[in-house]
Amino acid sequence: MSLQLNTLFVTTDGAYLRKDHETVVVRVEETTRVQVPLQHLASVVCFGRVGVSPELMSALAEAGVHVAFFSPTGRFLARVEGVPGGNVVLRRGQFRCADDAARTLELARAMVAGKVYNARQFLLHARRDAAEVRRQGLADAAEHLASSLRALGRAGTLDAVRGVEGNAAREYFAAFPLLVKREDEAFRFGGRSRRPPKDRINALLSFGYALLAQDCAGAAAGVGLDAAVGYLHEERPGRLSLALDLMEELRAAVVDRLVLSLVNRGQVGPGDFLEDAAGGWRMSDAARKTFLVAYQEAKQVEVQHEFLGQQVPWGRVPHLQALLLARVIRGDLEAYPPFRVR
Amino acid sequence: MSGGPSESDALVPISGLQHLMYCERQAALIHVERVWEEDAATVAGKLFHERVDRAGTERRRSGRVVRALPLRSERLGLVGQADAVEYHADASVPGGWRPFPVEYKRGRLKSERADRVQLCAQALCLEEMHGVAVPEGALFYGASHRRVSVRFDVALRQETEAAARRLAGFIQERWVPRAVFDARCPPCSLRARCLPEPVSQPGRAARHLARMLNLEEGE
Ligand code: SF4
Repeated sequence: MSLQLNTLFVTTDGAYLRKDHETVVVRVEETTRVQVPLQHLASVVCFGRVGVSPELMSALAEAGVHVAFFSPTGRFLARVEGVPGGNVVLRRGQFRCADDAARTLELARAMVAGKVYNARQFLLHARRDAAEVRRQGLADAAEHLASSLRALGRAGTLDAVRGVEGNAAREYFAAFPLLVKREDEAFRFGGRSRRPPKDRINALLSFGYALLAQDCAGAAAGVGLDAAVGYLHEERPGRLSLALDLMEELRAAVVDRLVLSLVNRGQVGPGDFLEDAAGGWRMSDAARKTFLVAYQEAKQVEVQHEFLGQQVPWGRVPHLQALLLARVIRGDLEAYPPFRVR
Repeated sequence: MSGGPSESDALVPISGLQHLMYCERQAALIHVERVWEEDAATVAGKLFHERVDRAGTERRRSGRVVRALPLRSERLGLVGQADAVEYHADASVPGGWRPFPVEYKRGRLKSERADRVQLCAQALCLEEMHGVAVPEGALFYGASHRRVSVRFDVALRQETEAAARRLAGFIQERWVPRAVFDARCPPCSLRARCLPEPVSQPGRAARHLARMLNLEEGE
């Protein structure tokens, strides 16, 4: 259990949250473990079997605090939100945009541009302090991503944009093992796999993306957008397409960087993971805690937001990008400016 | 949904006229998009108003004072609430009392013009509700304890009606005007949501995106 940057993470199985005056009380087996004032909270994130009293739920909803529930393995289950903001006008604009092929294409193109550009930056940064034998491989992968960006500029359909994205992602993850500095066999990365993650690094990536997707969903809802209606990602029942859209440009810079630093610095070890019978890997409770603390710390690091010309903490970037997207939907901005990593 | 906005949707809150006088986009963000960032100033303002807004009637030597009086004008589609309406004894009015709106302003005077328009809108409502002329009212500034009387002359009435029609138009059309970045923006409490600088520079977002696609350096 920890309170980080106004997010209360509840990771203890069997914890129960209730309201006491204007505070949230977290109790485990009849003892109070944490008590925090409601007014300091931005979100509550629960893992595993965690209960929340109806009274607290309504107080949180009223205060605009998001409550998200994850399975013990970090799979997203549900998020409780209060009454959506009065912004029906914006939502209608969002849906109209999604029904407009030309606008959808331009938004999807911009989102993929953000993803590929930042992934390339990430590889180039890594190349600088990589061992000599790995440099060429990283440079080659960065060159591939550069040609993806050029192809993206020419893509005339949504399918073409998605095709470029798929290729770029494959190239990027093919180079990913070059970023893992541990020789340990346990941290061999066998390409991106999900549901279930087939190795330890994939387990870390999946967990990180789930967290980032939640932050992006919260950011979308916070500016009055519907997190389920996206542009790049196809809509599917239960899928937060817009959150996934917003997440693309931040994946490498936020999650991949964090995962690699945890692995390369030995903050997580081979024993921090559990393998199930089907060959899926997940993190131990201890490893998840380590991850959450590092994730929240990373959100406080300041970065330059080039388009807005301000220094902002990483944690605010999803919100600002959601806000910019809302401005595009409303017609204030003629194009979506993705976040650009230096 | 089809057809026009429902009757209640088209109503213009009197408090919105102040926003409109400050910045049309601000008024539209608040009253069309319902964006409202509670910064310290607005919260303090609300607390102040909660104290003033305790409804009720007091008797004074000069007449009675009604607090938190609901106001409405069918003609202009205005709705709102008066902080206080004093009823001054006046034999020339049927019933013997002439309404005199008083609006309390916390802190320093920001824009007297906006405050006058807001007060005049209250007077227009009172005239319609009571069927008597309301030629005068007063603004009371909390910080300086200054009471300024306001005459509702033709120019002020015209300005007020025009503002009410303009805001009603935004609400009906669900229209938010584009930002113009100027001296009003830095102190504006909606700046973080409005993003006036990037939004008021045409082509900037497209250039930013094009630079990323072409791998050019930033500005
Ligand atoms: S920031 Fe400027 S343009 Fe935007 S609402 Fe405020 S005053 Fe108006």
